[in-house]
Amino acid sequence: MVNKMHIAVTVNGKDREADVEPRLLLVHFLRENLSLTGTHIGCDTSNCGACTVMLNGMTVKSCTVFAVQANGKKVTTVEGLANGAKLHPIQEGFWEKHGLQCGYCTPGMMMAAVALLQKNQNPTEEEIRRGISGNLCRCTGYVKIVEAIQYAAEKLKETQQQGMEVPAR
Amino acid sequence: MNELTHKQSQCILVSLRLEPVRGLHMIPASFEYSSPKTLSEAISLLETSGSDSKILAGGQSLIPVMKLRLGSPSRLIDINNIEGLNYIRESDGFLRIGALTRIVDLESSELLKKKYPIINDAASHIADPTVRNLGTAGGNVSHADPANDLPAAMLALSAEFVATSSGGSRVIKAKDFFVDAFTTALKHEEILTEIRIPQFTVGNGGAYLKLEKRVGDFAIAGVAAQISVTQGVTVAKAGIGLTAVGSSAIEAVEAEQYLIGQTLTAEAISTASKLAARASNPGTDLRGPGEYKREMIIVLTTRALKRAYLRATGGAA
Amino acid sequence: MATEQVIHGMGSPIKRKEDPMLIRGRGNYVDDIKLPGMLFLDFVRSPYAHARIKSINAEKAKALPGVVAVITGNDLKGLGLDWIPTLAGDKMMVLPTEKVVYQMQEVVGVVAEDRYIAADAVNLVEVEYEPLPVVTDPFKALEKGSTIIREDKGTNHIFHWEVGDKAATDQLFKEADVTVKQDLYYPRIHVSYMETCGCVADFNSVEGHLTLYMTTQAPHAVRTVAALVTKIPENKIRIVSPDIGGGFGGKVYVYPGYVVATVGSIVSGCPVKWINDRSDDQPSTAFGRDFHMRAELAAKKDGTILAVRIKTISDHGAFHGDANPTKFPVGLFSICTGSYDLKNAFAEVDAAYTNKPQGGITYRCSFRVTEAVYAIERMVDVLAHKIGMDPAELRMKNFIPKEKFPYRSALGWTYDSGNYRDALKKAMDKIGYADLRKEQEEKRKKGELMGIGVSSFTEIVGAGPSHDFDILGLKMFDSAEIRIHPTGKVIARFGTKSQGQGHATTYAQIIAEELGIPTDDITIEEGDTDTAPYGLGTYASRSTPVAGAAAAMASRKIRDKAKKIAAYLLEAREEDLAWERGRFYVKGSPDKGKTIQEIAFAAYTNHPPGVEAGLEAVDYYDPPNMTFPFGSYICVVDIDRATGEPKVRRFLAIDDCGNIINPLIVDGQIQGALAMGYGTAFMEEIKYDEEGNVFGGNFMDYLIPSAVETPKWETDKTITPSPHHPLGTKGVGESATVGSPAAFVNAVVDALAHAGVTHIDMPLNPWKIRKALEEKGLAIES
Repeated sequence: MVNKMHIAVTVNGKDREADVEPRLLLVHFLRENLSLTGTHIGCDTSNCGACTVMLNGMTVKSCTVFAVQANGKKVTTVEGLANGAKLHPIQEGFWEKHGLQCGYCTPGMMMAAVALLQKNQNPTEEEIRRGISGNLCRCTGYVKIVEAIQYAAEKLKETQQQGMEVPAR
Repeated sequence: MNELTHKQSQCILVSLRLEPVRGLHMIPASFEYSSPKTLSEAISLLETSGSDSKILAGGQSLIPVMKLRLGSPSRLIDINNIEGLNYIRESDGFLRIGALTRIVDLESSELLKKKYPIINDAASHIADPTVRNLGTAGGNVSHADPANDLPAAMLALSAEFVATSSGGSRVIKAKDFFVDAFTTALKHEEILTEIRIPQFTVGNGGAYLKLEKRVGDFAIAGVAAQISVTQGVTVAKAGIGLTAVGSSAIEAVEAEQYLIGQTLTAEAISTASKLAARASNPGTDLRGPGEYKREMIIVLTTRALKRAYLRATGGAA
Repeated sequence: MATEQVIHGMGSPIKRKEDPMLIRGRGNYVDDIKLPGMLFLDFVRSPYAHARIKSINAEKAKALPGVVAVITGNDLKGLGLDWIPTLAGDKMMVLPTEKVVYQMQEVVGVVAEDRYIAADAVNLVEVEYEPLPVVTDPFKALEKGSTIIREDKGTNHIFHWEVGDKAATDQLFKEADVTVKQDLYYPRIHVSYMETCGCVADFNSVEGHLTLYMTTQAPHAVRTVAALVTKIPENKIRIVSPDIGGGFGGKVYVYPGYVVATVGSIVSGCPVKWINDRSDDQPSTAFGRDFHMRAELAAKKDGTILAVRIKTISDHGAFHGDANPTKFPVGLFSICTGSYDLKNAFAEVDAAYTNKPQGGITYRCSFRVTEAVYAIERMVDVLAHKIGMDPAELRMKNFIPKEKFPYRSALGWTYDSGNYRDALKKAMDKIGYADLRKEQEEKRKKGELMGIGVSSFTEIVGAGPSHDFDILGLKMFDSAEIRIHPTGKVIARFGTKSQGQGHATTYAQIIAEELGIPTDDITIEEGDTDTAPYGLGTYASRSTPVAGAAAAMASRKIRDKAKKIAAYLLEAREEDLAWERGRFYVKGSPDKGKTIQEIAFAAYTNHPPGVEAGLEAVDYYDPPNMTFPFGSYICVVDIDRATGEPKVRRFLAIDDCGNIINPLIVDGQIQGALAMGYGTAFMEEIKYDEEGNVFGGNFMDYLIPSAVETPKWETDKTITPSPHHPLGTKGVGESATVGSPAAFVNAVVDALAHAGVTHIDMPLNPWKIRKALEEKGLAIES
């Protein structure tokens, strides 16, 4: 009785296919079907942003998108940020600046930050705070998250100046 | 926040009373899904699939509603893969916004910033940047949430909505479009395809102000004001829309009419603001007492008019 | 001797050891656990706050393909699990058999093959209710003739508790030149950890063995209680607390989901996962506060405060579930004399059952210290405004002088150490207090409103000394077990459980400091009751004061043994050896020595005769006293006279938590707790209407601060070591949730005080401020 649809999604550069119910949320597809558990669920009203991933290069809350909507598209999750052992500058920033405590909001927060830095290489503190306003953190009080993103912004600029490839997307 | 309203969040309580069981917040009921490539295909699906089918645009209100099972459509018609519905341009005397234009594009549009900043204002107050990536102009208005931010701006701008069906297109004026909470003049077989706004020339200015408990939350109250000023002094045309102070977005008609022919003195602004407040009919909820919201309509209208005037006359802000 | 660059001991701001996994999305939270054949549990929840259950019809649900089991209260009754003990010695329903007592209470459990089927099945269960009169107001609950919520108790009055010398305090009030009185409501709030509660229960019917992966801050206590309640032998229960996405007190509790998932696993023979949705979690798990206080101060004309008197009605919901030490039904509320040298004090609390979920002392509060500190710090400002004295000056005048430590408070605590004047002075100097006051004066002349709020809190953490502190009889010691491997590497295990506090880093730094072994060579483990030594867990800022001390003491035991081995290896007498970090050497011959790594190797390869092989130690630390962190916070706020919106312009926190293990982590703890304090002061509240409908039961309506409104915290410190803690440290996790709300409220009230405003209850919504502005003629039209 369950109607399933075939979808093909490129997740962190890998082609993944599955038969899914149309109502399957993208976040459950990632977590349950693909075992990519780095993307978290923090609420059920699209407020917290713990489930933030990139869909064709822009952030979405994967609890508010159906997996079938990602058919034929590219998804990047936190697991796709690092390039092997080499951390993405945003990951470095969060580690260096103590931008995380319990770590639960961190993957979504980092995705939001990466998206922000793609749009704006030199964000002001206010722009950073607005850029992550859809991602709630209950541990840090945000100051160190802002510092982590500032750190990443600097790192990304250096990387680009050196003509190096910027990981992830 | 997302684009659910406080009204809707109170609906959760209402539905608690109506339903025998509760505990459903995350998993929508089953549905059929179609992803048409053309508008005509979408319309014919809408016609054939029964009255409880729904258009899926950004989904940033619809999907939360489905997760809470406040709505369980039998079929979703996903219009995101239809090309040509995402644009912001001026032509033939109108500013035209495609229904599938993302809120993020409204927010960052240079054309809007230059000539229609009231739309940037409203767009930048909707939920949060990630929700704005998917949320759409058409979805925001046709969801007709009295706490959504675009409807008030549309009223202030005297916008028109193009509804397309197999029989062709018809145009609905903003004042006729917002019927009630979550109810528009759109028929089930119609798809909103374009929002159009009479094109502005010099001497026009508008602003949208929103009072909120937390950034991106539903408005405590919001006011959109758009004026055109002749010779830098006299108001020739005025539009005022109110958010979250009634069962739908409200056009403050008396205030608009009063302003025409006025010079924007402090007294005139004050009188108009009080008239705007008179048009509101706010209730008491988690976002404040009704009485407070009505007072805030005065405050916000005053401030919005001042900002609109500055913009109309080439000042800052 | 190994250098600090390698050791990273006390005071080193090193990056956290737990982060590499977390930043790669490779944490292991409970919902990440996937066992073969695992089923999913979801709940039918009550739409009513108080209603008799007339019938439950689950036939349609059972008929749904993929549904494995439906569990009701009557099923649990057969197992003796329909009610279980609460942490406060009361009992709570797991699933109801007769009636529901709060909205969103779990009513029926549905176990299915996946969460989608479970949700559909929940939707198919039909429950018929007969609504009963609802009591949500604790004052009404305590009135004669009120509807009784707990028939088994026959009353809504849970307990009366009082502390202090009432007669002597009353006398001081009679003699006082000035008295002030203020009603203060500390609203019902929720911790809102980002990860909701959940578990995976895995019962092995062959071995009769239960493994329960769960979001708990206190795994060992849970194991013991589970053994007593389920009759499964304690050796056959393994509680695993994996990575925890924030706890803040809310994950100390045992919730129905854990029990029903366990029963579901027993019934189905499969592992069963239960994960609360946010909108399930927020209105059904433990709340914080809900404290209606009437506070009074008595003082002399010159501002000398003589006494404090507080009468409270506390709202506990339908079960008394405060996670308090047994002897302290109101927690450590008796810290309400604060930082002040008072002659006497008296406090009393009456607790009521209402149709709300249980809780009481969650939300980063150090056992109701939050309420106590809020009361005294708010009241000092009320008094200051009444007698026309500057609030900072009034505090300075009444602080316990540093010479008086250890200080015996009027309500019986012995404060270990403090230097309150220096902390406040540092805060005032740093923020430019005098200039701010001038600015405020000038602004008032121009019709602009700004306020300056001070809060000089004293915390009490590190529960606790076993003569006074137990939970359900379990003494509140905590533990460390350290093993040094032959190659000098270390594994250490603890009875606590980090939920983001960074134990893997700070405990390693303590051991590194004590043994001179690099932190990189030290692995910390917590949360698995099969491997960790017994401990009471992480809450109430107790990890560093108790388990941190245990780490130091266990390290010292190891050092003592290492000394014996070193003496043997160096052919010297023990008393001739000296210790420098990481090495014993012969006094007078610094070249002749053995590193801790060499000693470790010898412990397994060449141990002295008469000495056991191996190098390990366990310590169960029973603290001699609590630790008393303190600080002074100053908040500057601007008020929009038209909308009533408050805007925090600056917030400076000077904290003193004794010696610091990792400054980066301490700073993070303070900043995070400040944001929680901000949320409490300005945004957060769970409300109920008269029918018991919950408002603020999800993240759409319960607003926690985002990065936009959260102020840019300024932090600094003073250091006054604890004299009794082996490392001189104190707890810090809750200092800022305890200390900051009063600073915010004091700032807002200070902005309006010149017009006669004495108080506004939290949360300080703009409409409340606007109302105060209107009442005092300060509101403007735009």
